[in-house]
Amino acid sequence: MATERQSANVVTLRNLSKIYGNNTVAVDSLSLELRKGEVFGILGPNGAGKTTTIRMMLGLTEPTSGSIDILGMDPLRTPLEVKRNVAYMPDDMGFYEDMSGYENLDYTARFLGLGYDERRSRILAAVSRMRLEHRLSDRVRTYSHGMKRRLALAEVLVKRPAIAILDEPTQGLDPHSTAEFLTLIRSLKKEEGMSVILASHHLDEVQSICDRVGLFHAGRMDLSGTVDELATRLFGGKMEVVVEVGETGNRDVAKILGTIDGVSHILQEKEGVYRVTVDSDIRPGIASALVDSDVALYSMDVHRHTLDAVYQAYYKEVHDAA
Amino acid sequence: MRRNDSALRGLRVVAVKELQDFTGSARMVILTALILITAASSLYTATNTMKTVVSEDEFLLLSLFTLSRNPVPSLLSFLSFLVPLTGIAMGFDVVNSEFQNRTLKRVLSQPIHRDVLLFGKAVGALGAMAVVLLALWMLVIGSAMLVLGLPPSTEQVARALAFYGVTLAFGMFWFLVAMFFSVVFRQQATSALVSLGLWLLLTVFWSMIAQVVATAVGGVGSFQAARLEVLLSRISPNTLFAESALALLSPSTRTLGVVMFTQLEGALMGSPLPFGQSLLLIWPQLSALVALLVLLFTASYVVFQRQEL
Repeated sequence: MATERQSANVVTLRNLSKIYGNNTVAVDSLSLELRKGEVFGILGPNGAGKTTTIRMMLGLTEPTSGSIDILGMDPLRTPLEVKRNVAYMPDDMGFYEDMSGYENLDYTARFLGLGYDERRSRILAAVSRMRLEHRLSDRVRTYSHGMKRRLALAEVLVKRPAIAILDEPTQGLDPHSTAEFLTLIRSLKKEEGMSVILASHHLDEVQSICDRVGLFHAGRMDLSGTVDELATRLFGGKMEVVVEVGETGNRDVAKILGTIDGVSHILQEKEGVYRVTVDSDIRPGIASALVDSDVALYSMDVHRHTLDAVYQAYYKEVHDAA
Repeated sequence: MRRNDSALRGLRVVAVKELQDFTGSARMVILTALILITAASSLYTATNTMKTVVSEDEFLLLSLFTLSRNPVPSLLSFLSFLVPLTGIAMGFDVVNSEFQNRTLKRVLSQPIHRDVLLFGKAVGALGAMAVVLLALWMLVIGSAMLVLGLPPSTEQVARALAFYGVTLAFGMFWFLVAMFFSVVFRQQATSALVSLGLWLLLTVFWSMIAQVVATAVGGVGSFQAARLEVLLSRISPNTLFAESALALLSPSTRTLGVVMFTQLEGALMGSPLPFGQSLLLIWPQLSALVALLVLLFTASYVVFQRQEL
């Protein structure tokens, strides 16, 4: 099982540390695994070690200790092979402003050792997907911020990598463009089979497209998994069910709910609406208890913890501990 | 850590892009135009002077570089002034602009080694400067043929080409100085000012400093002071360039620096040295110039490789 899981990993970081010359610990014994075709979100405040980790994965900076395995390769020993298979879109990606969009993409595509025809066909396909073909021969200095971000993602597509590392890809984009971007990132996983590492401060975006997330703090990643897994670890596995009922007459709904096994807390939010804290998903039990008591059940929703709630709870815990 | 990939992968891509940037940039076009205009005025003056003054000279072509008539300086004087400026103009933002435009991370995440970027920029600059100077040399040789109606001799062409090489090395020295500062300083204005400051120091003030130090150490008018002054002045690349130019363009130059009586013994004053002998004469200057280039590139390389992105 362990071997199977390891072979499916495209990135494996083991006890990775980076200490700068002035004894600043940027990354501290970090371990991370990215599986093939997975979208992994890395979250954390500025200075938590996300960007340093990404740079070490690309061989742009040398780790102080620990090991990095990218597609079976060590980025320090075979940096070019790693960089050929990993595309990186930095948060502050810049372009040569006096060159056209095409020239910018062609410049980096040349490093891949592709012939003219192959480069051209890849560039045209990528910009068409990013809806930039009509501005391809214009100088980048005439592009809007959103167009530059799309050009940056087009560069990732031109490379056709096994792994894409996207650092704040939707930064500064309007809601419509953000939605488009997220759809495209999802398609990278589905259609291209690409594994994606996504660093972002937009928690709703991360929750909507990431299979798993890792929370960074002070160079460490102590918490990683699906949002539900993280919520279970932080909130003790409890969930909330919001129950809406009709006219109750003289029946005490809170008392009825309190008799059900697994219910630990009941809060009446307003007339006919109850927030029930439960140990597991016992909605069928709640439904039958209410119906048996002749209470009209209008609706029942499981309130899952959002990534935002997880994030806030984790960093509150971290700060309280500090 | 040992590399398993080709060390120079991507060099051609970077060098060609930089060559295009240099030759197409507005500042390069302005500087090239300035060089060509000043060269044309110097050439015009030189050819006119030649017609009235020179009666018989087997190195007429070379005279075009050195002849002047008040107020227009010789082409050599213009070159010793404009070539360093061109080098500085090309190099002062060659690396820090990549930081400021945030293109460095993007380029270095492509499959190339980090030093290839630096090496490619130097090769691109060398190519751009070589093209500009070659155009100028062709202009000189073409003008000479047009005005004099005589093809240049093999020796004159060899000397002109050697001078071309020295000028190229001189220009590259100033490019590498500016590139070094563009690696050290993130602000383009800082690297430009520091480069220009160093250029002013070595061009205008260095000879004065050398004289003052030599006199203070060796005493006024002493042989020791004279030798020390020559030695100190040769720290400046301008001196190395000027002495090399003198030996190459004035073949009758038999010695550089302090002249001793033993050197003049048996010499036919005014007779030209063969090209090979002139080269031997400036060999230390050439070696020093090349050594400075290597030193500067190495310094830039070390600082750049150690920088965090």
